[in-house]
Amino acid sequence: MPENRFNGNTDYGIGIGLRVPHYAHILERKPVVDWFEIISENFMVDGGRPLEVLDQILEQYRVVQHGVSMYFGSADKPDRAHLRKLKTLVKRTGTPWLSDHLCWGSVDGTYTHDLLPMPYTFASAKRTAEKIRQVRDYLEVPICVENVSSYAEFHVSEMTEWEFLTEVVERADCGILLDVNNIYVSAKNHGFNPYDYVDGVPHNRVGQMHVAGHTKFEKYILDTHDHPVLDPVWKLYAHATRKCGVTATLLEWDDKIPSFDEVHDEALKANAFIDGAKAASKPAGRAVRSS
Amino acid sequence: MTHAVVRPLAPGDRLQPRWIDGRPMDEVAADFIKPNDRLTAFDRLEIYNRMYWFRLIGCFHDDNPGMRALLGERRFERLARAYLARYPSRSFTLRNLCARLEQFIREEPRWTAPRTALALAVARFEWAQTVAFDGEARPALGPDDIADKAPARLRIDLQPYISLLSLDYPLDDYIIAVKKRSALRAEASNAIGSGEPSGRRRKHVPLPKRGRIRVAVHRHSGRLYYKRLGLPELRILEALRAGRPLGQAVAAGGRRVKPEQVRDWFATWMKLGWLCKRQ
Repeated sequence: MPENRFNGNTDYGIGIGLRVPHYAHILERKPVVDWFEIISENFMVDGGRPLEVLDQILEQYRVVQHGVSMYFGSADKPDRAHLRKLKTLVKRTGTPWLSDHLCWGSVDGTYTHDLLPMPYTFASAKRTAEKIRQVRDYLEVPICVENVSSYAEFHVSEMTEWEFLTEVVERADCGILLDVNNIYVSAKNHGFNPYDYVDGVPHNRVGQMHVAGHTKFEKYILDTHDHPVLDPVWKLYAHATRKCGVTATLLEWDDKIPSFDEVHDEALKANAFIDGAKAASKPAGRAVRSS
Repeated sequence: MTHAVVRPLAPGDRLQPRWIDGRPMDEVAADFIKPNDRLTAFDRLEIYNRMYWFRLIGCFHDDNPGMRALLGERRFERLARAYLARYPSRSFTLRNLCARLEQFIREEPRWTAPRTALALAVARFEWAQTVAFDGEARPALGPDDIADKAPARLRIDLQPYISLLSLDYPLDDYIIAVKKRSALRAEASNAIGSGEPSGRRRKHVPLPKRGRIRVAVHRHSGRLYYKRLGLPELRILEALRAGRPLGQAVAAGGRRVKPEQVRDWFATWMKLGWLCKRQ
């Protein structure tokens, strides 16, 4: 659904990540962009250029926050200092929703700075959902949880990843940031059908989607965000859009970042699939009256 | 799994073949990770172990160009791995990754010997840049804020993003030279047909010779700056930061300091936005 309570009832279109190499171009040329996604942690600072740039961007553009270190799946309790900084940023940006990952990545205060896959168990789903509720209640902004790409699975898992995602978001009553590239990467690494994943999540909870590029190695695929989006991912995105409805879509390009225009043009390719999804959802037309 | 992910890599940047209790790592990994038709449990865990180290070493690399120039690539890499093994990240942000580097070099000087004294100074300087880049800025004081106040009682502060450094080496010049060389190298590598003769060796930036400097690492209009200070200026600024009333802080500059010098210094500091209210 394009506008729902998980994306603050917004209809944001196609966005790209706000990245340092593009700052000068954006601030000088002021290109037309539906919205920018920022990595919250890059702006959870006390002052300086990051916030100066952000304030200039906020004057002209819509911004949505995306985090990489909330670690909803970690056993640690939410860090209060972290939440305070995050809430300060939420108030600054006015983000209509906030996303972070369905993963863990810290233990006892040591951070891996990675998005580690969860064991798909009912116990971890319950604990994760509780943490999402706590964070949402504190931040007072809708939350969308993103599926990660993964390279390992655990013996203790009791269900598929999409069943686990569903269990978490239903318990937490939160939204989904459906990353179709991550679905594709994980599907190739773990041998499941990515279309089963898309079909198996609650579509009415999808508040946003991600597309991105990845890198193929001999025995696995790595989620590198340093390439254009590959055709199978676009096809999966088209399928997801038909299932979930057209929703805010973001292209992630985080490494070997080309020019702003190249990244934006790549993102706008989503329009072709969005138009297809819209055409497919139109009614067949008026019935011909029999004479 | 966290302990396995953050464990130092074995030679060849591989996952260590044995766990801390001596058991083969492939058995340990297989206890909790499923294999697939292409990768063993060991292989799958190794992906995460390598990604962790490459990510953090990359960040360490980005934050310490001066240290890298000082030690050279191989010793710098050894320092990075030793530091990150001893002090893994304890913050949600990688910005704080090198906060304890100076401390580590003091604790284990072998990683920077025989240039440990210089390495300590470089670590301080490069951390000061991190603080200057995104440290807190409070509303700056202007002349009217201190004009009619009694110096014996007035306490003012320095902006939190400013670091005051007394160093035994002119590191401001050194770091500027290192950054300039990196920029030139980046340009040259991007240039097509630059005409530069192939095979020419790039000169290293000469190591700084000993020489005492006092410098404030700060920012202005979003850019980093290094401002050299005389000893009296440094003493006054340190006294202000320590919370001494204005009159005492000025006196800390020494008896030879003239009133017009003090006026000029305060005028400059206020113009730079360095002075703020105490909280």
